[in-house]
Amino acid sequence: MPDVNITVDGKKVTAPAGTLLIEACKTVGIEVPAFCYYPGLSLQGACRMCLVKVEKMPKLQTACTTVISEGMAVTTDHEEIHQARKSMVELLLGNHPLDCPVCDAGGECELQDMTFSYGASESKYTEAKNHKEEQQWSPVVFFDRPRCILCYRCVRVCDEAMDVAALGIQNRGSGSVIAPNMGDHLDCEECGMCIDICPVGALTSGAYRYKTRPWEMNHVATACTHCGDGCKTTLGVRRSETGMEIVRGDNRDKSGPNGDFLCVKGRYAFDFANRTDRLTQPLVRRNGKLVPVTWDEALTYVGQKLAEIRSQSGGASMGVIGSNRTTNEENYLLQKFARVVLQTNNIDHQRTADFAAFAAALAGRPDATASAREVFDAPAILLIGNDPTEQHPLLAYQIRNNVRLHKARLYVVNSESVKLRRQATLFSQIPSGSEAAFAAFLAGGDVANGANRDEWNALRDQLRKETGLVIAFGSELRGASIASLNKFALSVQGAKLICLADYANSRGAADMGVYPDLLPGYVPLIQGSKFKAEWGTLPDAAGLTLPGMVDAAKSCKLKALLVVGANPVFRMKLDPATFANSFLVVQDLFLSETAAVADVVLPAASAYEKSGTFTNTYGDVQLVKQAGEITGTKSDFEIIVRIAERMGYDVAKLVPFGSGSRADMGQSRGAQSGEADRHAVWLEAQGLELKMNPFDPTAVFDEIQRLVPGYQVSRLNLMAGNDQHTRLDQNGGGAVGDPALIQPANDGLFSSGSTGRYSKTLNTVMENRNRVEMPKVAAD
Amino acid sequence: MTFSPEFEQRFTEMLTHYPSKRSVLVPTLLYAQDEVGYLSDEAITEIAQRLQLTELDVRNVISYYSMLTTKPRGKYNVQVCTNIACILRGADDLWEHCQKKFGLRHKQTTPDGQFSIEEVECIGACSWAPAMQVNYDFHENLTKDKFDTILDGYKKKA
Ligand code: SF4
Ligand code: SF4
Ligand code: SF4
Ligand code: FES
Ligand code: FES
Repeated sequence: MPDVNITVDGKKVTAPAGTLLIEACKTVGIEVPAFCYYPGLSLQGACRMCLVKVEKMPKLQTACTTVISEGMAVTTDHEEIHQARKSMVELLLGNHPLDCPVCDAGGECELQDMTFSYGASESKYTEAKNHKEEQQWSPVVFFDRPRCILCYRCVRVCDEAMDVAALGIQNRGSGSVIAPNMGDHLDCEECGMCIDICPVGALTSGAYRYKTRPWEMNHVATACTHCGDGCKTTLGVRRSETGMEIVRGDNRDKSGPNGDFLCVKGRYAFDFANRTDRLTQPLVRRNGKLVPVTWDEALTYVGQKLAEIRSQSGGASMGVIGSNRTTNEENYLLQKFARVVLQTNNIDHQRTADFAAFAAALAGRPDATASAREVFDAPAILLIGNDPTEQHPLLAYQIRNNVRLHKARLYVVNSESVKLRRQATLFSQIPSGSEAAFAAFLAGGDVANGANRDEWNALRDQLRKETGLVIAFGSELRGASIASLNKFALSVQGAKLICLADYANSRGAADMGVYPDLLPGYVPLIQGSKFKAEWGTLPDAAGLTLPGMVDAAKSCKLKALLVVGANPVFRMKLDPATFANSFLVVQDLFLSETAAVADVVLPAASAYEKSGTFTNTYGDVQLVKQAGEITGTKSDFEIIVRIAERMGYDVAKLVPFGSGSRADMGQSRGAQSGEADRHAVWLEAQGLELKMNPFDPTAVFDEIQRLVPGYQVSRLNLMAGNDQHTRLDQNGGGAVGDPALIQPANDGLFSSGSTGRYSKTLNTVMENRNRVEMPKVAAD
Repeated sequence: MTFSPEFEQRFTEMLTHYPSKRSVLVPTLLYAQDEVGYLSDEAITEIAQRLQLTELDVRNVISYYSMLTTKPRGKYNVQVCTNIACILRGADDLWEHCQKKFGLRHKQTTPDGQFSIEEVECIGACSWAPAMQVNYDFHENLTKDKFDTILDGYKKKA
């Protein structure tokens, strides 16, 4: 678009034609107040707070609906404008309860701020205020009518951004009231977007309301611990009896790939971490019963036992099951621990997507994967399998809003009539189980059955004409099918792929080599010379897979098993006696089905209580920062290091601590290049260099960046809290294994594996839905 | 639910008059109300489905217009204008009189279901104020006596 020049308060502003005046003002740091305007939503022009003077226009104009035009001269600060805004605030306060001292929004309320800026301390109204009782619309959504200023942000975000349309406006004028779709309650996705976007305290959340004052919280930016999408979230935390308690999750600053989006899980389901039945003391089985012991006793016992089993039966008799929700550093450390300390390749995790085959298909092909951000900008998207609305809420949000705001073309191929079909340019419903056949067809095959022939042919032709196509596929596609899909992607200019896995760090577990046959970065064991050079000798033969370890346990060949953040007894529906003949150590948050049959249970910190990095399913690595704290727990990282130490292993070999961090913290070009190195030299000279301990995950991240080339992202950007896209192409060759090893969890919008089962909010939302026996979402 | 053939005919024709389905909503609601007497839950569900709207959307629109109602009202709906021109010419007294005569208040209905009364905003008959509307019929230049005579006429029909 050609640029247009205007002046605002005497400042010259140049912006593309079509820009709204309110946005143009922002580019030169002039903030025009607004209640109803919200970037990315349709224009409302309801609140009249954004009035400005435009030369040659007779009346004050709303900056939120005025499109800039050449030569426009605008004044945003003028007595007349102040007066108009003051009057608007006075009208809004006319029926406002002013219960700020108890309102959730008090202290971070846009109406308070506006009143503070423009003042309207006197009112010409003498009428009694209209009171209405607060209403509960769902387990998490509450509505306090008198506080509502009728900006309609909630209605628009629910309809436009969420495509749920559960909120409406009834009556008119000053009698207007926001109404839920089921008369007196909501049937919706419970995302809380409406609550988050409400400028005042009219919509409040069941999780947070009347719990705290905003200024009593500390705010910690970290990543959501639930699905594989990796939304960034800012947690509000507060001191509590058990340590630090998380009371709120939102992403108001719109940093991260998700902007201000969070789904019900990200927004409320951190509450599993606050449960009072968390494990806070190590347990050891004595006379058949798990009894609490000190950390020292438990660790010493585990160390001795594991060392004993290793020397008696060898590493091959031991196994390790890793996690989809521990950090990259922990996953990396765990597989290194298995290989160098336990001397076994018997390590695996619950695989929910075939990343090993994905890596194999994409080896050596640069720019082949799309980040979560790219989904929002891609000109076209092909979705095969999966139901993102349920399983990847952020992906669904990005796709939906890309279609709405950028007119992207969406092609959906699914066996169910998934909700995203509503945004699709083309929706092809295929028989369940024929996703692989579809991938083979795309790669150049022909259709065996005549039914879909014409449709598929037309679709393939259309897809081939796209450029910059993003192809996202669910776990329906595995092994060779992923290779077929990649072959097709190569025939579309600029096509990129996304492999969808279920949990917060499923991708990280795969990237970090929690595999029996692959080292970090998908390097096959036989090609692991650089790892051997750093770590010393490693067992050469591929280890047992997860089902393999279970079989070995059944036939009494598995003498010891370490389970970290996983619950195989529940997930694989195992007989609890399966591990009766193995020395079973479990690190977890709760006494899960697996922990209940363990010999030793070690209470672990949740991902909200530790630091490190997560990699989402797209391959975007993000910082995980400690928010909460539960006394008595330890991070899995620390537990692994301490076990190694008790086994007599030199922990400095496991965690390369003691050295400084990589010196790329400054500019590499220009006048200030080398600044960081100079700084490091100075620090060292003063004896102030980073003193890292063996529990410092950044020491392991250094090693990851050194040995896994795909992770050579900007450390500075990462530390600054930005998501960084990793690369698969520079990694090892991957592996195409047995497709049956992929076991998707099939969690929906309101469930999240074992952590979800412990979330009070998710449970009440689900109970509520079952009780009300909701019809399908009204807009669906 | 089923509507009369006349309704269906009108509905089908209306669809051809507008660029999008949702635009047909307001006239459809009016016709449905004329036929059923009010906008019942069933009617709302049916119309929402036909126009591919949510029921919430339909209810939002109904609540916006005071002429549309989701509650049954009398066979004759007496709507007395109490806006500015009519007030200046005695509408206040007339509305008082109306309430007393029926023993009803705003938006109430007689037990036999024949009459309901309503205080409304300007009905566009200011030149002949004070004015009222009974269903779709206008009655102008009202006095209390004239009001009684008109109402007696309706009572006979009832
Ligand atoms: S889906 Fe529910 S919680 Fe989310 S914005 Fe709509 S009404 Fe609010
Ligand atoms: S509830 Fe909040 S977001 Fe919705 S209209 Fe009222 S003030 Fe605006
Ligand atoms: S979409 Fe996924 S990552 Fe984002 S808030 Fe929901 S569960 Fe968390
Ligand atoms: S922000 Fe412009 S009218 Fe509300
Ligand atoms: S004011 Fe009564 S008809 Fe206009």
